[in-house]
Amino acid sequence: MSILQLHKVSKLFGPHAESCVELLEQGWTKERIAKEKNVTVGVNRVSLDIEAGEIFVIMGLSGSGKSTLVRMLNRLIEPTSGEILVHGKDLMKMNKEQLRTVRRQTISMVFQKFALFPHRTVLENVEYGLEIQKADKRQRREKAKQSLELVGLAGWESKRPDELSGGMQQRVGLARALANDPEILLMDEAFSALDPLIRRDMQDELLDLQEKMKKTIVFITHDLDEALRIGDRIALMKDGAVVQVGTPEEILTQPANAYVERFVEDVDLSKVLTASHVMRRPETIMADRGPRVALELMRERGISNLFVVDRAKRLLGVITAEDASAAMRGGQSLEDILIVDGPRVHPDVVMNELFEITSLSKVPLAVVDDENRLLGVIVRGALLGALAGQNHPKEVIPDAETTAG
Amino acid sequence: MPKLPLDEWIETIVGWMEDHLKFLFDMISGAIEGIVNAFTWVFMLPHPFLFIVILGILAFLVGRWSLALFSVIGFLLIYDLGYWSQTMDSLSLVITAALISVVVGIPIGIWCAYSKGAARIITPLLDFMQTMPAFVYLIPAVTFFSIGVVPGVIASVIFAIPPTIRLTMLGIQQVSGELTEAADAFGSTSGQKLFKVQLPLAMPTLMAGVNQTIMLSLSMVVIASMIGAQGIGAEVYRAVTQLQIGKGFEAGLVIVILAIVLDRFTQQLFKKSDRKRGR
Repeated sequence: MSILQLHKVSKLFGPHAESCVELLEQGWTKERIAKEKNVTVGVNRVSLDIEAGEIFVIMGLSGSGKSTLVRMLNRLIEPTSGEILVHGKDLMKMNKEQLRTVRRQTISMVFQKFALFPHRTVLENVEYGLEIQKADKRQRREKAKQSLELVGLAGWESKRPDELSGGMQQRVGLARALANDPEILLMDEAFSALDPLIRRDMQDELLDLQEKMKKTIVFITHDLDEALRIGDRIALMKDGAVVQVGTPEEILTQPANAYVERFVEDVDLSKVLTASHVMRRPETIMADRGPRVALELMRERGISNLFVVDRAKRLLGVITAEDASAAMRGGQSLEDILIVDGPRVHPDVVMNELFEITSLSKVPLAVVDDENRLLGVIVRGALLGALAGQNHPKEVIPDAETTAG
Repeated sequence: MPKLPLDEWIETIVGWMEDHLKFLFDMISGAIEGIVNAFTWVFMLPHPFLFIVILGILAFLVGRWSLALFSVIGFLLIYDLGYWSQTMDSLSLVITAALISVVVGIPIGIWCAYSKGAARIITPLLDFMQTMPAFVYLIPAVTFFSIGVVPGVIASVIFAIPPTIRLTMLGIQQVSGELTEAADAFGSTSGQKLFKVQLPLAMPTLMAGVNQTIMLSLSMVVIASMIGAQGIGAEVYRAVTQLQIGKGFEAGLVIVILAIVLDRFTQQLFKKSDRKRGR
C-alpha cells in the first residue's frame, strides 16, 4: 500500500466553496467558477499515490496550486473536499490531537524561506520538534546534534540562524525536519531561495542523504531541471490539476499533452538523458573463441571492434579488428590482444559527461552495471543522434506561460 | 428635537453599579491599596541614601555608567529638594498602575491578535479610552472607589493600558506567517506556539508598549492628585492653584527626573533582552 494516498483532493477559496466542488465534477471550468460563483479553485481534484521511500516531485509554475497541495498533506491548509490517507488512515477524519501526533511523528516539513526561529540557536531550532513532545532534555539534545551532523553542521550548534549563510540555514531547516525521524518529508520549494551553485550542492546532498535514510520525500519545485535531477517520479501541475505523473524519462519522452510537451522542450537533454537511454545493444564474443571467429563476426556486422565477455556476461575487455587479424597471423589468443582498460560507465551517467569520455577514447564506451555485467555500448554517432532525435516537434500553443520561473 | 437623556442614562447605570456591585469594588479597592502600600513600604524601608546606592547599582547592571550617574544625581536632587516621600508615593502609584496594565493588557492583546471579533470590539474601545479626557474617568472612579490613591490608580490604568494591548496585538500579528506555520507543522499546541514562538518574537514590540504604558501612567500623577492621591502630583497641583512658580518648577522637575529614569530603565532592560536574542 502506498504510504500517502490522495483521492480527489480539492481546495477552493471563497464563499460557499464546498458547493462548487460539485460544479467541478459537472465539468465547470476554473474560469467559469471564478466568474459566476466568485470562488477560486486552488487545487482541482488531485489523486496521487506516493510510495514509501521515493522522492516524489510536484512541479508546476507559480499559481499552479503546488504549495497549497503540499500544505494540505499535513493540513496546514484544510482541503475543501477529498481524502488524504497516511498509512491508510484518513487525515481528514483526525481530531486535533491525532493530527498533532501525525505532525510530530510522521510528517515533517522544510520551508522555502527556511522559517527558522530567529530567537533560538541552531541547536534549539533543530530540537524544537522534540522539545514540544516534551522529550527528555539530554536525549533531544543528542538527537538534534546527530541530525546536525547528518547535514554537515556539527560545530554550529550555538550560532543564531542569522549568522549562517542561506545554504547553511536550509541545512538547519532540513536537520530540524529530520530530528524527530519522520517517515515523510514535505519540502516546499526548499532550495528555491538558494543561488544555483548552492542549490546544486543541496540537491546532491539530499540525494546522498536519501540513499542512507530512505524517507518518503514530497518535493515541491517550479524548476524542471531540479525536478528531473532529484525526482524518482514527477507530477506536473497546471491550474490546480495534475497534468501528468511519471518518471523523469516518461515526462520527457512521452509528454501526456501539448502543455507538458511545451514545458519540457527547453530542457537541456544532455543533462537529463543518461547512458541507459542512448546505449545500443553490444556485440559480444566469449573469451574462449579464437581471433578468426572474432574477425568473421566483425566483418558480418560491419563493425571494427567487439566486447569480450565471460559466461555471466561480465565484461572482460574489448578487441579491435586490427589486433584480431594480427593475432590470427601470429597465432595468439583473444586474451593476448584484449584491451582491458577501455572506458566503462554506469547507466546513470548523464550524456553531458559521456561526450567527454567518448572523445578521449578510441574504443566504444561500455555501459556496465554494478556487477560489471555489460549492458550496452555507446558510440559517438548514437550520442549525437539521441540529442537531435529527441527534439520535440515545435508546436504553437496559445497559452502564454513558457518558462519555468 | 428633544434632548437625548444620555447623561441620565449614564447616571442610572453608574448608580445601579454602585448599589449592586459594591462588594466587587470594595474588593478591588482593597487589593489595589494593598499593592500600592506594599510598594511604598518597600521604597521607604531603606534610608534614601541606601535607596540611591541600590538604584545606582541596578542602573549600572541594566544600562551603563551614564544611566547610573544620572539616576544617582537625579534622586539625590529629589532628596535634596525635600520631595522624597512624595516621590516614593508617586512611584508606587505609577508602578502599581503599570503592573495592573501589563497583567491585564497582555492577555487582552493576545486575545485580540487571535480573534478578529475581539479586535473589532476592543480596538474602538481603546480609541475611546485614549481620546476621552482623562478627567472624565475621575468621576466614576471616585463614585466607585471614593477618593485617595485607588481611584488614581484606576484612572491611570484606563488611560495607560491601550498601548500595551495595541502593541501586544501588533507584535504577535507581525510574527511572519511562515514561522507560525512551521510551529504548526511540527505539531505545536496553541500554547506552545504562543509561548515558544509568538510571544518571544513579539517581545520587542510588546515591550515598547509596556514602556509607553509606564510613561502614560506617570503623566497621570498630577490628575490623580485632584482626587486625593498623595505624591509629587499633589505638589504640582498645589503649586498651580497657589501660583507658586518656584515650587511648581521643583515638583515638575522631579516628575521629569522620574520619567527619564523610568524610561531609560525600561528601555535598557528590553535592549538587554534583545541583545541576548542575538539581534
